[in-house]
Amino acid sequence: MRVRIRNGRVIDPARGVDEVRDLVIVDGRIDAFVGPDVMGDFDLDVDATGLVVTPGFVDLHCHLREPGFEDKETIATGSMAAAAGGFTTICCMPNTAPTLDRGVDIEFVQSAARRAGRARVLPLGSVTQGQLGRELSDMSEMAAAGAVGFSDDGHPVWDARLMRFALELSRRHGLPVVDHCEDPALAAGGVLNEGRVSDLLGLRGQPSSSEEVMVARDLNLARVTGGRLHLAHLSARGSVMLLRAARREGIAVTAEVTPHHLTLTEDWALGSMGGRAYDTRTKVAPPLRTEADRRALVEALAEGVIDVIATDHAPHRLIDKECTYDEAAFGISGFETALGSLMTLVASGELALIDMIRRLTVEPCKAFGLPYGTLAPGAVADVTVFDPETTWQVSSGRFFSKGKNTPLEGKSLRGTVRMTLVDGRVVYDAQADAQ
Amino acid sequence: MTERLPSLLPMPIGEVVEHRWHQRRAVLDLDDFSREEIEITLETAVRMREILGRPVRRVPALNGRTVINLFYEASTRTRVSFELAAKSLGADVVNVSASGSSIEKGETLLDTVRTLRSLGGDILVLRHPHAGAPNLVLDTTGMPVVNAGDGSHAHPTQALLDALTIRDHFGRVDGLKVLIVGDIAHSRVARSNAWGLSMLGARVSFCGPPTMLPATCLGPTADLPWPIQVELDLDRAMADAQVVMPLRIQWERQEERPISSLREYARDYGISQERLCRAPSEAVVLHPGPMNEGIEIAPEVAHGPQSLVGDQVTNGVAVRMAVLYLLVASTSDTADSASNTERSSHARAH
Amino acid sequence: MATAERAILSADEIRRMLSRMAHEIVEHNGGTQELLLVGIRTRGVPLANRIQQAVSGFENTALPVGQLDITLYRDDLFEGRSLELQQTAFPVVDMAKTHVILVDDVLFTGRTVRAALNAVMDYGRPRSVGLAVLIDRGHRELPIRPDYVGKNVPTSLDEEVVVRLSEIDGRDEVVIQRPRRG
Repeated sequence: MRVRIRNGRVIDPARGVDEVRDLVIVDGRIDAFVGPDVMGDFDLDVDATGLVVTPGFVDLHCHLREPGFEDKETIATGSMAAAAGGFTTICCMPNTAPTLDRGVDIEFVQSAARRAGRARVLPLGSVTQGQLGRELSDMSEMAAAGAVGFSDDGHPVWDARLMRFALELSRRHGLPVVDHCEDPALAAGGVLNEGRVSDLLGLRGQPSSSEEVMVARDLNLARVTGGRLHLAHLSARGSVMLLRAARREGIAVTAEVTPHHLTLTEDWALGSMGGRAYDTRTKVAPPLRTEADRRALVEALAEGVIDVIATDHAPHRLIDKECTYDEAAFGISGFETALGSLMTLVASGELALIDMIRRLTVEPCKAFGLPYGTLAPGAVADVTVFDPETTWQVSSGRFFSKGKNTPLEGKSLRGTVRMTLVDGRVVYDAQADAQ
Repeated sequence: MTERLPSLLPMPIGEVVEHRWHQRRAVLDLDDFSREEIEITLETAVRMREILGRPVRRVPALNGRTVINLFYEASTRTRVSFELAAKSLGADVVNVSASGSSIEKGETLLDTVRTLRSLGGDILVLRHPHAGAPNLVLDTTGMPVVNAGDGSHAHPTQALLDALTIRDHFGRVDGLKVLIVGDIAHSRVARSNAWGLSMLGARVSFCGPPTMLPATCLGPTADLPWPIQVELDLDRAMADAQVVMPLRIQWERQEERPISSLREYARDYGISQERLCRAPSEAVVLHPGPMNEGIEIAPEVAHGPQSLVGDQVTNGVAVRMAVLYLLVASTSDTADSASNTERSSHARAH
Repeated sequence: MATAERAILSADEIRRMLSRMAHEIVEHNGGTQELLLVGIRTRGVPLANRIQQAVSGFENTALPVGQLDITLYRDDLFEGRSLELQQTAFPVVDMAKTHVILVDDVLFTGRTVRAALNAVMDYGRPRSVGLAVLIDRGHRELPIRPDYVGKNVPTSLDEEVVVRLSEIDGRDEVVIQRPRRG
């Protein structure tokens, strides 16, 4: 099986490559560079003139809802939506029903993903049994089954001593513990950021400090234990400051930020951005915060204080959002708008294109120790081809994801995924798969 | 029977005044009301009050219309007030409360509203424990809705009746200092009054235990989302207040106790006769009700000569008549300009 | 739309008519006892006041005058009119003994008077209700007739009778407006 992607702008941040050239894939691997006019027959010959060719995007944080919530998403629909968003590898959170907290649960997800045959799905297991925060899960068994990390995402590991145990155990299995940083007492049932907007809307707010105190705690525990800590979806400026200090000190920590926290603010819940007040599609955990927070996150990403962009794709049913703000579920369906959202930062000059790609490819692979994220000869041929110029209008009805919950509905974005390949096999082709 | 107040609106008789009431589909809060709109509402309420003094307290203006009171929270005065208002305008009124209806069987707010609309409801009066519930109803179903209190967000008709009560008493709202005291964080009355009274030119101050203030009230003044002042020293704040409005602690909206005891609260933030003496002698006391006498307000203040609580209740019906009337008007007006012209000439030449 | 205007009553004629109507009202009701003049907003109010003054000129008494805004009683409410409410003020009287005289500027379809009758009844059960109008232009749509008329003016339906009074319009006159064709 030979595939050629012709004349695209190949950007591979792992090797500092940014040049127009052909990319050749042979039997699922990137072939050695052989010059502009490779000879021979190709099973697939793609003209990528004017398009960007990058390593497949890797998402360290998503929710596929299966098992248990198949009306929100399944592994099949989620991994298809991921492929349509340019993601070739996605790591899914264990907050399903039942919770992914045993080896067999990990294997279930892997086999369902294989059957779907779209993006590669790598599950995380839970830190505590049933994500109840009381007793540790058998992380060793799940690691052996192929879990790529551990998290009680959706909730923090609020018991500091359990979090310490988890980080200590990571010294043995080597996998990251991913914490959803939120002090439940301070968050106090808040449904959006505490401040101007929550005061105006009369909604209970979650202060930034509810994230920051947990980030501080976890960084301290990482220092004490030397364990592998990965901070999920940072949202607050104070968290960035803590993280920057910890990195300077040399604490082993990685961190991620979502496209929505990089591009949207709490004002979207007010309706002042052209939407409507109390738009439940803006309800997400952690909440969208202020413009100062957003800028701090973008800067941290540019500096490398935050390593990774992760979607936190969190699909929900319509009725989970067609209700009052207090009742609505937290989460944004993010796979299919990630690239378009991030390209607005590239367009505004806040983020360099190669840095955006870096944080979607090589950096997440480093953070979780995954053998993907580069187009180096011999590498697994996970490739994303996208058009950086064409604008399109977000229409959730056309999402592959079952989750139509996006605050970006109707907005114009620039940048469309044209083709996604996993192991050299086309898993998404915009022309063939468009719906 | 003469009117208590002359019109504050110097408008030539017979001239049609354009204001945003014509475009209104709902009354969600006062944050989108212009000063003129508020004044028109209060003027209309004054006219409505005259009706309430007649031997037959009912006009046929809303004959054939159905007003639905959909209340998800317990309420006596607001629900009865809306009911009397609608009936005084000749409307049919249906009361639906959360208990004893399909809501108890798990029906969602939107499904309930759609059902009530299909049954012939014209205007929905909604009381709901969640902020933004009336916004959701309007955005999703398009049904004309009057917010009768949504969570900690807004209570626009309460703020209008407060404005009318203050304006009646002082002859103006402009320049008065209105001090709202207590559990501001959970108060929709404080929020709506911050908009309404400020728009009419009052200086609104929030005062309460720091644990009961909205988050931004402890930050820099520039970050406050409302045109108000924050004062932490109640006795000092009282010194130049013409209007004092103590609020009930909304225990139903919080699990924690942000103060050590009611005794502490009554001592430090209760409006006692002694404390009221620190205010100017012209000062009056309003309370949105229900009152917890002996906690945020002393009984002798609640029923004393400086209390306008009784006027508030009477004005509540008149203000709600005005709001229902104006909203039916703005949501009925589908006439195109040609037939408009015809009707207006017809009307003039009767 | 361009209109042509034709004067039909001057200020003097209006004054004389109101004076005559004042005499008729007093005569017909056997004096001024228990009489209540009620002006229908807008131009009925100054007319009621003028009739009161005319009566006081020859009877040495000041009749009580009320004013009535009938907007909320209209049968075409919410059909595109201004919804602004004017002041309604009804003097405290014993309605059971009172002869109410409704006063308006122009009698046309009769619908305004129908609304005013309903409004008056909400203040009690008057002994009688009479109707005084400056102009009766015909085209009734309801079984209503005036008791005291300044002038009967035959009109066509596309014409408009405009009463101008100094209290509101700065001068006294009555004109007929007709759309100019062509």
